[in-house]
Amino acid sequence: MDPLNAIEMRDITKTFGQVLASSHISLDIRWGEILALLGENGSGKTTLMNMLSGIYFPDSGHVHVSGKEVTIRSPKDAIALGIGMVHQHFKLVDNMTAAENIVLGLRGSWRLDLKKISAKVREISERYGFNINPDRKIYDMSVSEKQTVEIVKVLYRGANILILDEPTAVLTVQETEKLFAVLRSMRDDGKSIVIITHKLHEVLALSDRVTVLRKGVYIDTVKTSGATAQSLTEMMVGRAVSLNIDRPAPVKPTPRLVVKNVSCMDDEGVKILDDVSFTARSGEILGIAGISGSGQKELLEGIAGLYPLAGASSIQYFPDDSGQATELVGKRPRQIRDLGVALSFVPEDRLGMGLVGSMDLSDNMLLRSYSEGRNFFTNRKAPKKLAEDVVEQLRIATPGVSTPVSRLSGGNVQKVLVGREISVSPTVLMTAYAVRGLDINTSYTIYGLLNEQKKAGVAVIYVGEDLDVLLELCDRIVVLCGGRVSGIVEGRATTKEEVGLLMTSLKKEEAP
Amino acid sequence: MTDVLNFLVAAVLALCPLLLGTLGETLTEKSGNLNLGVEGMMFMGGVAGLAGSIYYEKAAAHPVAWVSVVIALVCAFLCAAFGAFLYSVLTISLRANQNVTGLALTIFGTGFGNFFGELLGNSAGGYAAVGDVTKGAFNNGIFPGLANIPVVGKLLFSYNFMVYLSIALALVMAYILYRTRTGLNLRAVGEKHAAADAAGVNVTAYKYLATCVGGGISGLGGLYIVMNSSNGVGGVWVHNCIAGYGWLSVALVIFATWHPSRAILCALIFGGLSVMRYYFPVSFIPSSIYEVFPYIATIVVLVSVSMRRRRKNQPPASLGLAYFREER
Amino acid sequence: MNETSIRDRKEPFARIVKRDDISRVKAWGIRLAAILLSLLAGGLLILALGHNPFAVYRDMVTGSLATKTALIATAKIAIPLLGAAISIAPAFKMKFWNIGTEGQIMAGALAASYFALFQHGNMSRPVLILVMFAASVVAGGIWGFIPAFFKAKWGTNETLFTLMLNYIIIGIVKYLRMGPWKNPASGGFPKIAMFDDAARLPSVFGVNIGWIIVLALAVLMFIYMRYSKQGYEIAVVGESVRTSKYIGMNVPKVIIRTIVISGAIAGLVGCLIVAGSAYTLSDTSSGGYGFTAITVAWLGGLNPFAMIIITVFLAVLTKGANTIQTNFKIPASASDVLIGMILFFMLGCEFFIKYRLIFRTRRRIEVVPND
Repeated sequence: MDPLNAIEMRDITKTFGQVLASSHISLDIRWGEILALLGENGSGKTTLMNMLSGIYFPDSGHVHVSGKEVTIRSPKDAIALGIGMVHQHFKLVDNMTAAENIVLGLRGSWRLDLKKISAKVREISERYGFNINPDRKIYDMSVSEKQTVEIVKVLYRGANILILDEPTAVLTVQETEKLFAVLRSMRDDGKSIVIITHKLHEVLALSDRVTVLRKGVYIDTVKTSGATAQSLTEMMVGRAVSLNIDRPAPVKPTPRLVVKNVSCMDDEGVKILDDVSFTARSGEILGIAGISGSGQKELLEGIAGLYPLAGASSIQYFPDDSGQATELVGKRPRQIRDLGVALSFVPEDRLGMGLVGSMDLSDNMLLRSYSEGRNFFTNRKAPKKLAEDVVEQLRIATPGVSTPVSRLSGGNVQKVLVGREISVSPTVLMTAYAVRGLDINTSYTIYGLLNEQKKAGVAVIYVGEDLDVLLELCDRIVVLCGGRVSGIVEGRATTKEEVGLLMTSLKKEEAP
Repeated sequence: MTDVLNFLVAAVLALCPLLLGTLGETLTEKSGNLNLGVEGMMFMGGVAGLAGSIYYEKAAAHPVAWVSVVIALVCAFLCAAFGAFLYSVLTISLRANQNVTGLALTIFGTGFGNFFGELLGNSAGGYAAVGDVTKGAFNNGIFPGLANIPVVGKLLFSYNFMVYLSIALALVMAYILYRTRTGLNLRAVGEKHAAADAAGVNVTAYKYLATCVGGGISGLGGLYIVMNSSNGVGGVWVHNCIAGYGWLSVALVIFATWHPSRAILCALIFGGLSVMRYYFPVSFIPSSIYEVFPYIATIVVLVSVSMRRRRKNQPPASLGLAYFREER
Repeated sequence: MNETSIRDRKEPFARIVKRDDISRVKAWGIRLAAILLSLLAGGLLILALGHNPFAVYRDMVTGSLATKTALIATAKIAIPLLGAAISIAPAFKMKFWNIGTEGQIMAGALAASYFALFQHGNMSRPVLILVMFAASVVAGGIWGFIPAFFKAKWGTNETLFTLMLNYIIIGIVKYLRMGPWKNPASGGFPKIAMFDDAARLPSVFGVNIGWIIVLALAVLMFIYMRYSKQGYEIAVVGESVRTSKYIGMNVPKVIIRTIVISGAIAGLVGCLIVAGSAYTLSDTSSGGYGFTAITVAWLGGLNPFAMIIITVFLAVLTKGANTIQTNFKIPASASDVLIGMILFFMLGCEFFIKYRLIFRTRRRIEVVPND
């Protein structure tokens, strides 16, 4: 037992049904270091750390904390052992204040003295340079503020081993820098920090050591100082890969969707989109960038007729090059389709919106076509054929077309959805976070599919969160900030810094 | 004037069972469990409390009022809590659908109440009722001196102990929910199971406890209906005597926007509606139509609540959902 | 930090793991075992009351199935029960928790009764019966439309809304019974008159034609839910309203249409009750069928054919409960208690179909806390 080690995991195995999520993994975490846990989506990073935070219980294996063997059966045990985890999907109660969330589940005087608690929260915040208002409700906070609350919550509990799951996924470049500074100062305090990520530059910028997982298997742990992006990628993917995304030049781009002065409000009367205008053209991939919650979701749903837009908004659809346009604002999805508008939409929430999890592949294909014709009964033959074709063409791993889609892995679910949406030969294809949660291979399959559509003359709209991908894939990028267009830039000419700045500033800039 | 006074007093008396049912369901729903079996639990509590008192009176040579009351309360609470426990096992541990399980509990509890209520009568040779001692304890005012003060005395001090108990319970519950750690943890469980779990709250324990205690409290409401003589004999089982109260309580939880102290006012309004026809008869409204006013009012409340949605006053966000920590 | 609490901890006693798949035979085996267990639990209750469970169960079966009279009585229970369960199936499939079947039955019964009582002289018997059917369908549909409209428009809680409508229609019938529709010939006793012979349903094999109607409805409902576009829409709305909107369905329309159909079938059931067996209207005409039918629909997995089997089973229980009330002086409410218990066991057993338990196998690990 090495006293330098905060945590030793030995021979940890965990399965979910038939899926082997962690296979005989052994791992050390030292005091006073930042360890990056690197791996593709689905490599089992989160599962492994969830076994430290008490969310999952391992099938077999041993865990030592500070050299003593322990059994962690619940998050409560983990907290008692000084292990704190900031989950990717924040575990905060929205309609409670920061202070209430922070003391949740802790022992203390039965009566809740929120003043005292707020004071202590402020004290911790100041020590690490955080800026949060303990009495503010979570639903009024931005994502980065919520993350700060999560970190303070962990620190308040006296954690000295911190696990952060994809902490930068929702942060801007500037916010990320600030977070890293805080993490470094915690490390210098002697705390152990684990950061789960699949972003190589962050690993290189922040960590002391890197542990790489691939498909639930431990690959290796190396010193960051001796690693390069290329060497880490090879460890992560298992082979040499070129990280370049294909970007063919657009052929004769003509307007397909002209979005003008689009605005909308949410239920509470807060402006979500404010005077958004842009044009999507055929044979082009138009990227939409912005920190999460900048109005991307409402914009796509608005175009699809799913979100009510303000009166002055206009969205003109051009089916071909003849210049004949159809106005989409004010129409319901069914009306839009009945007008012959070939609009496909791959929404962010695949199983909650794009597909029905409990239905099989055929019945999910039927979603798009069931209403065709005047027959009282459904035609199930065509969708079944389509399902079989999509399975074959996109190489979807499934026992058959009568398997419920919720049983498939995330990547295969997305292939089913994208396969269905491109099967109708759209003129405009909108995708929201099309590669979120997918491994590199599947991600590249999706980029390939989008490029194919682009080459076929489709106007592709790609809402993304990974700036590197946006910059490599898209021909032009619309940057949203707080519901407004803060700039439209050329994908080939712009830089990450420029887009990053546009994402946080409201300064209007025109494309060169 | 006396009409108004009498009406108000009757309204307060009618408030009690609704308030207890509502408080129990509020507590349950705060933990994220939507238990539609309130009616069933009220039946179970009512019959068990009645049986407890009757058997005690039979066994004791000189029954003492407070002993009989305590036995009735304990029996009612435990039996109704047992119904809630069955619901908890099914929905929390075995993850059955909450709506259907609640309906099953209503069917079971209604049957249970009527079955044992009739059995109670059958075994006593056709008729079983509590004696005057117990009946008095459940119906007489507990401040006989103060009650004689004109107007105020009658309005504030003329009630039986159950009325004061239910109002006190509402205030205590409000305090616990919003001023203590237990309440904070419980509310967090109902809002977001995963958040409470990750923070170290024992989600399962809180859900079980809140649901069972909530069920027990609702059961006390059932006991009140059985024992109270303001709209019947009192202290004897009447077939289907509780029908409707449980469901009104579920509706009142929504009306009171999941807040125990607001529930007092809401229960008073509904109590008033249910007795209004005795005090303000309207010639052109037949009594059988007048009787359904509380139900029409409930619909009006449901519709108006649904029409104005606000961030505040919403149901617990995880209401009706099961939680499985390892679900992916 | 609270170290002592960890010291005694060991691996959880049992862990829950999702089953990937389970064979149909095994799943039905588990369900059957659950029913047997619930009957066993019921047997223990009977035993506790001082009766012989075998004798009681035997009498329940013979009392409901052994003679022709008993069979007819059981069928009279089964007809409205199955009809009501069929009406519930599409609503529950859509996750619209309609517990207002009772009221929709009553609305149908009320409308049919109007023609049976006051218009029977104005038309021929076949026309009268068809008009009664039509009136009950419309009335039940309206009683379903009201909550569906508010649900579709504002998301108003349908469970309570439909329930409150039950009480309201019962109040209306009570008013009619005591006032305008009171039979002057009943000697001051507030009762509605018996139907004219022309308004009574004809019988086939000794039972009113309702049995043919509900069996036909079962087949139609099965086809409707499984093969029609509307049935597909119901399934999608039930699974995810967001998906339905995304795909362009008119969700309010689907909700309203489905619940009107649901209410209309329940209304027809009301007509079958008053014109098929009761031959009069009272405020207890709906007889609790609407509630018990929820059980039937759910136990049958919303499949109309499975619901037929469950209906027969519950009809035997209900009729049998009347028999044991006479034979053993066990209150007839025993059937509700038994049905409740069966439902509990059936609801619980689904867990064992979906999940598997893994019990602790490893030796206890000595746990030393962090300090």
